[in-house]
Amino acid sequence: MAAPKKGRRSTGAQGKPGRALLLILLAMVALVGGMFLSGHTKPRLGIDLAGGTSITLEAKSQPGKKDAINQTNMNTAVGIIERRVNGLGVQEAEVQTQGDKHIIVNIPKGSNEKQAREQVGTTAELNFRPVLTYAQAENPEPKPSPSSSGGSGKPGDKTGDEPSGTPDDKTGAESGDASGDEKATAGSSDGATTQGRAVTEGLRPAAATDDESPKPSGSGKQSESPKAPEPTPSAPAPEGVPASLQKQFEKLDCTTKEGKADAGRIAAQADDGDPTVGCDSEQPVKYVLGPVAVEGKNVSDANAALDQTRGQGWIVQMSFDGKGSDAFGKVTGELSKKQPPQNQFAIVLDGEVVSAPSVNERLVGDAEISGKFTQQTAEDLANILSYGALPLTFQESDVTTVTAALGGEQLNAGLIAGAIGLAVVILYLIAYYRGLSLIAIVSLLFSAVLTYTIMSLLGPTIGFALNLPAVCGAIVAIGITADSFIVYFERIRDEIREGRTLRPAVERGWPRARRTILVSDFVSFLAAAVLFIVSVGKVKGFAFTLGLTTLLDVVVVFLFTKPLMTILARKKFFASGHPWSGLDPVRLGAKPPLRRDRRTSTRSTDHPKEA
Amino acid sequence: MSRLGNLGARLYRGEVGYDFVAKRMLWYGVSILITITAIVGLGVRGLNMGIEFEGGAVFTTPKTSASVQETQEIAEEKSGHAAIVQQLGDGGMRVQISQVDTAKSTQVKAALAEELGVKDADINAQLVGPSWGEEIANKAWTGLAIFMVLVVIYLAIAFEWRMAAAALIALIHDITITVGVYALVGFEVTPGTVIGLLTILGYSLYDTVVVFDGLKESARGITKQTRYTYSEIANRSLNGTLVRSINTTVVALLPVAGLLFIGGGMLGGGMLNDIALSLFVGLAAGAYSSIFIATPLVADFKERDPEMKALAKRVRAKRLKAEERAEQDPSDAPAEGYEDRPDEDEDDESDDDAPATAAVGGQRDGAESPRAQRRQPANRSRGRGRPSGKRR
Repeated sequence: MAAPKKGRRSTGAQGKPGRALLLILLAMVALVGGMFLSGHTKPRLGIDLAGGTSITLEAKSQPGKKDAINQTNMNTAVGIIERRVNGLGVQEAEVQTQGDKHIIVNIPKGSNEKQAREQVGTTAELNFRPVLTYAQAENPEPKPSPSSSGGSGKPGDKTGDEPSGTPDDKTGAESGDASGDEKATAGSSDGATTQGRAVTEGLRPAAATDDESPKPSGSGKQSESPKAPEPTPSAPAPEGVPASLQKQFEKLDCTTKEGKADAGRIAAQADDGDPTVGCDSEQPVKYVLGPVAVEGKNVSDANAALDQTRGQGWIVQMSFDGKGSDAFGKVTGELSKKQPPQNQFAIVLDGEVVSAPSVNERLVGDAEISGKFTQQTAEDLANILSYGALPLTFQESDVTTVTAALGGEQLNAGLIAGAIGLAVVILYLIAYYRGLSLIAIVSLLFSAVLTYTIMSLLGPTIGFALNLPAVCGAIVAIGITADSFIVYFERIRDEIREGRTLRPAVERGWPRARRTILVSDFVSFLAAAVLFIVSVGKVKGFAFTLGLTTLLDVVVVFLFTKPLMTILARKKFFASGHPWSGLDPVRLGAKPPLRRDRRTSTRSTDHPKEA
Repeated sequence: MSRLGNLGARLYRGEVGYDFVAKRMLWYGVSILITITAIVGLGVRGLNMGIEFEGGAVFTTPKTSASVQETQEIAEEKSGHAAIVQQLGDGGMRVQISQVDTAKSTQVKAALAEELGVKDADINAQLVGPSWGEEIANKAWTGLAIFMVLVVIYLAIAFEWRMAAAALIALIHDITITVGVYALVGFEVTPGTVIGLLTILGYSLYDTVVVFDGLKESARGITKQTRYTYSEIANRSLNGTLVRSINTTVVALLPVAGLLFIGGGMLGGGMLNDIALSLFVGLAAGAYSSIFIATPLVADFKERDPEMKALAKRVRAKRLKAEERAEQDPSDAPAEGYEDRPDEDEDDESDDDAPATAAVGGQRDGAESPRAQRRQPANRSRGRGRPSGKRR
């Protein structure tokens, strides 16, 4: 007969349920332990439940762009800021316009407020402009630390391969050395700092030639010339620089904060088609820049990466869309034919030259910005760049704390109501499934602990914040999780009704229940995944919660409920079909397992049914 | 409970059952009626969009002695709309009220100043834009559209296109009803409502898929037998999973009912109620539509299939023949049971799941049932006698 055989097979796999249980219990202990160790024993609550910080931004009107502050631009800005502060999409920050020229950004308690403030305020207008000429900032007393003349390409980063060899490099030995191995970063910046100081002090072309650049310098990904261009600090205006600009250039003071700010404004307000001047963001170097060659909006994606091969530390990599790629290829192709310093292009962010690598061949595809980034600053910049520039410049006009929008009583009432609901669910399960409900309740509790722990841990790691809708969603998830048990239990009971004993029933019911659970959870997960990828804001937060609870459902059923069921099926209480086990064959109306003659059995089954 | 347990067993064997499929027209009618009511409600009353979608006015008050709760009550009373009140770092209040225009804003401002005991001029009133802007909405729609397409493709592959279509119709049915109820009740639509709707969307499909999974399993190898039509098998499968459906619905609805009635009763409103209402209506509609709408729809679609038409014809012919024979010689009836066996041998699956005799008990007349019942054990024993009889 089929049943006993199956039973034996399942007995053969007795080690398995224990192992799965042990595995998931260990995982849970690790998670809960991690939660207590990290000290984040409560999920981070959203602004509706816990309050937070409210930042008010004011759009600044810019001369020459009077009509810039309008509804459309404000809405665009709201959208961009929203995506910046919500990064992964689970932060539950709220962004809205207020009045005509204000934007309010509400961030939940426990966020990194300083970081958020930097993220929302930065305009992030990114442009690629060819360098027409550059010079050391004219300052008699340069500060010692931010030093070095800029503009050179990255030391020794030659066409991807062969980092050590820089044969045609005018920079000479030092640059070659620096690029030779993994110590490059340290070596080059150290060297450069001293070098740079010498340069700034003396402003001698000769010294400058020797210089190498520790400053942020962008580079085409695949190939980047290490060639240090001839800096011509005192050189006459090169061709193509109008006299007025040359004057402006000479006046430009890139050594003081105010001077830089002024320069930044000039550069930021310059029309894309016009050449302009600009300061380097870190070194006292000033540039005359050509018209915009590639616009920041053509950057399709940006992300932070740790540069392993060339040892530059953290860099920001950008990829272009089709148009950007073409333009970038074209401009690098042209630049590579020119003489230094005109073979450089500058990456201009909000009016500051963040880097100005030189090019010696046509580049396609990606660009990168390198510099003294930490992981955090690189990630922040990448985040800002990937969501594009704000159409307006904003200034922080107010920062204040706000209390919860819904008040604690909503959460408390929700939790109390949820708890009462859960208690009723448990009563119902006990009444209907009796002993089996033990498995369901333990599994539900287990799943609740896992959900709570993971949500608590996700607060500090990815900024996950739980708002009231998410709490309600989690309560509905109870239903979906419980459904998996119910599907399985019903299968087992059906098998018992067929006349099987419990152990084979548990094993035979499982594959069918498993398929049902997987198919239906897949639909839920599909919804979560699509919404998470496509949408923004609260919808994204919801999708995350849905995906998380769905995954946990599968994990709990596979690694906890099923093994537990298998183990309990061996216990006499369940296996013998105790009336309180919920698996009593008589109660379930099972057919008697024995049959003799067809006719006889016909009658014997007919009787109890009619009775 | 023991009676309930017995009911489960009898449902499983098909001794009792409600004929969902045969009475589908009734339920279609009920659903169409509810849906029309919902649409009319939506058209007449419209949705009451909250400040998060429409924007409104924001009032910033100086430090006051009033609590958040008091301020909120005052603001809602004076403006007649839902208000969000937050206390600011300096002790002042930020009061956001939806659907307030400039003229009304002045009025509310004066009222607020009076009630809170501050100078009118100290309250800063401004219009505020939506925090749930168009972009969030548009992206959410895009996401939904992509999801719908993917899920239809997935269901069409995992099941078949008829089931995908039926699931989609059931889903639209659930969402329409929920939105309609929302319009009729007149609650303000908040982001919580939208999240609730999305939850329902997930749940409705989930529930439908669980029911369809059972249906697919029951209908396997259906063309190899001549005893039941597709509709009958669909009905039997529905009854077989009925216990699961009821249990799941109860378990999912109880906590939400707790939120709606207990939580709502304690607070008498607020966002919690908004979400709980949409969830409650949606979950109930989702459970209802999986059973009463989705599966009968599949049966309807299926019966149009030439293969299924042929099957239905064969089944009818066979029943006719059996009846004739029964009339001619009643004593011959038992033998008829064995006549089926060649069929049964060919299809283990249908033996497995679709077999049970009085499957269609609900609709067949009593004269036929006893014979059918007697037939059952014979089949059973055959199936059980062969270890390989059941395949997974």
